[in-house]
Amino acid sequence: MCLAIPGKIVEIYEAGGLKMGKIDFNGIKREACLEYVPEARIGDYTVIHVGFAISLLSEKEARESLEFLRDITRFEDEVGIETEEHQSP
Amino acid sequence: MKFISEYRDADLVRGVIAEIRRIIKHPWALMEICGGQTHAIIRYGIDQLLPPEIELVHGPGCPVCVTPLELIDKALVIASQPDVIFTSYGDMLRVPGSGRDLFLVKALGADVRVVYSPLDAVKMAQENPGKQVVFFAIGFETTAPANVMSVLQARALGLKNYSILVSHVRVPPAVHAILGSPASRIQGFLLAGHVCAVMGYWEYPPLAERYAVPMTVTGFEPLDIVQGILTNVRQMENGKKDVENAYPRAVTFEGNQPAQKVINQVFMECDRKWRGIGTIPLSGWCLRPEFDAYNAEMRFDIGEIHTQESPLCIAGLILQGLKKPHDCTAFGTQCTPEHPLGATMVSSEGTCAAYYHYHR
Repeated sequence: MCLAIPGKIVEIYEAGGLKMGKIDFNGIKREACLEYVPEARIGDYTVIHVGFAISLLSEKEARESLEFLRDITRFEDEVGIETEEHQSP
Repeated sequence: MKFISEYRDADLVRGVIAEIRRIIKHPWALMEICGGQTHAIIRYGIDQLLPPEIELVHGPGCPVCVTPLELIDKALVIASQPDVIFTSYGDMLRVPGSGRDLFLVKALGADVRVVYSPLDAVKMAQENPGKQVVFFAIGFETTAPANVMSVLQARALGLKNYSILVSHVRVPPAVHAILGSPASRIQGFLLAGHVCAVMGYWEYPPLAERYAVPMTVTGFEPLDIVQGILTNVRQMENGKKDVENAYPRAVTFEGNQPAQKVINQVFMECDRKWRGIGTIPLSGWCLRPEFDAYNAEMRFDIGEIHTQESPLCIAGLILQGLKKPHDCTAFGTQCTPEHPLGATMVSSEGTCAAYYHYHR
């Protein structure tokens, strides 16, 4: 139920007094309500749950977390720590 | 797809798991509270890749599973009335009530429709002025912004034929109940990323402090989940009891303030019964009295409800993390997704359904 899918805002408009938008989910476009992300602009990525944007995705935070995890993985490679599958006979 | 594919990078996931193996020194019982995360963990086999020191305990974070039987029986009574269009998220249709489910009452002639969003139900009310449109408003905090907006929209449009049957639950009181139980053996928590996208995580530091249990806000992709586990293991090994955020691209400490404001305008806290668990004080949301006109429980004469659970089903113990699906004698035999005895076998987030679909 709490699954929410990231998508890109490609259109913003008003319908029935609500701020709405078209969201592109990797080629599939669906309508969503943007009332809870008043600062949203076209081109922003957002998380959609049951037809509502609940959060805007931060590209900066995403980049920093991935960098952090890549650093950890590089460290593992350098010191040669093996995963269990590799240790199995 | 941006914001998805990079979080399914198998090499990166293996690298993070190797780091977990490197730092772990003790056995730990870690609960993921969210059913969506349970499914991702089982689907991607993350539990099988982790070191044996980590036991993942599956929590009660499946709104379909914890919706109380009384309310499902009420839904069945309302849906069976003439001139009612009963709308619901698809997951609820097969959840067994005392003897029937919504799917069966639909087969018997009731007008039961699945909607993607509650705004679709409001639209149905607009298009069917001669019918009463009822929406089954279930969910955790993630779904509340959508459900409350449907009420405000119905009011703004002047609709007199739209109401909601509310079964809303909140995560912090459930965490409090789980950790406060003498039977609890949980030493760390993965907090539900999308609940926190709406609510932030300001409610959790007092719980982490009180029970000396570290918590980590965690997302839903495989890399998000192993990052959440790594962050929490690091805390547990270092004796910390903080609340950290391993899903910062979607979650801030304060959460979505416009959404919280509208939730508070329409909902207020109330005691809520959780199916299989019992009543948890102030663990739910219900409509404020000024929205009585949109409350389906007040609009319809439901009469007295006598509930009856399957005597075989142990969903309550599974939802509390005290038993696993294989401990149930009915699992995969009398109880399957086609013929479920309990809600945990129905929902796309139920633990039993996850174990069944992925052959555990």
